[in-house]
Amino acid sequence: MFFPLFWTYLKIGTFTLGGGYAMLPLIQREVVDRQGWIDEQEFLNMIALAQAAPGLIAVNSAIFIGWRVGGWKGVCGAVLGAVLPSFLIILAIATVFTEWKELPAVEAAFKGIRPAVVALIAAPLVKLAKSAKISWWTALVPIAAALLIWLGHVNPVWVILATIVLTLIVEKLRIKN
Amino acid sequence: MLYLQLFISFFKIGLFGFGGGLAILSLIQMEVEQHGWMTQQEFVDIVAVSQVTPGPIGINCATYVGYTTAGFWGSVLSTFAIVLPSLIIMLSICKLYWWLSRRFQGNRYYEQTLRMLRFTVIGLIASAALMLIKPTNFIDAVSWIIFGIVALFTILPTFLTKNRAVNVLSNPILLIVAAGIAGYFIYR
Repeated sequence: MFFPLFWTYLKIGTFTLGGGYAMLPLIQREVVDRQGWIDEQEFLNMIALAQAAPGLIAVNSAIFIGWRVGGWKGVCGAVLGAVLPSFLIILAIATVFTEWKELPAVEAAFKGIRPAVVALIAAPLVKLAKSAKISWWTALVPIAAALLIWLGHVNPVWVILATIVLTLIVEKLRIKN
Repeated sequence: MLYLQLFISFFKIGLFGFGGGLAILSLIQMEVEQHGWMTQQEFVDIVAVSQVTPGPIGINCATYVGYTTAGFWGSVLSTFAIVLPSLIIMLSICKLYWWLSRRFQGNRYYEQTLRMLRFTVIGLIASAALMLIKPTNFIDAVSWIIFGIVALFTILPTFLTKNRAVNVLSNPILLIVAAGIAGYFIYR
């Protein structure tokens, strides 16, 4: 099962722009609808797990499906297929990018692109906040996290660990009362 | 030593990267900045490149940082390091799938932690954006106009879900290319 999974993920990895989330519908079409490797319900469980677990969602899903479909060989095939396209493309870009960047035309274009990138990072926050059903009270969590990292220069790792520990403590206290 | 540092940094990013691509950005930013592997500008540029090339942003950044700091093997090592925690955790989840789903489904601690992490991740993404609002990225008033237009087009589909034109115009690749063309004509 190495090659079928490798090709499937290579195809998905090569033709999806926009990161892991954009890959999910394509993965579903290939793995559930076309190949019938797993059923719809299991696919949905998989997405929930891939999102709950740390790491890249595309890679997490590749590992899960690779394992369900073909054990160790499946995992190797799926992960290599998912990672290889972006690895090779970035490697190719990295070898020439430092020279290209000196070109005045490229530099001018990037002056326009940089604020656009910041907007592309910031704007999805609206949708995320909406779908997380954020309230005035729970909004304190992301605000505190953002301020700690932005102004306090706290490593996000500590913010994540603090979230986990504090949540467990608060839940424990709530159950006791 | 550099190889070890790269490995530890990207292993850490893979291990604590909850919530996917955008949430991982703040972790990557903190690591590469602390080690001086990339300037702020380089970081934004590589995020831009990531948006218009296929694949997960985490892989793109790992490959790029690895290559620019330690050559080909640096890029292989960094990419492997960001994937490794996923391999360990997801394979454990797969092996314990039935046991875990019985044990954790409906578990208050587990569900509440996931809920809270979702909120924290929103803060992580906000911090990634806030850290990038600097004079190197926003050189003049035009920068803010570009920021405003791109933000508007990205937000609109959240409220106008049925409008087709809006959905097409909110494509990040299209927006980056448009911003690049605008930049070329304005700043050349």
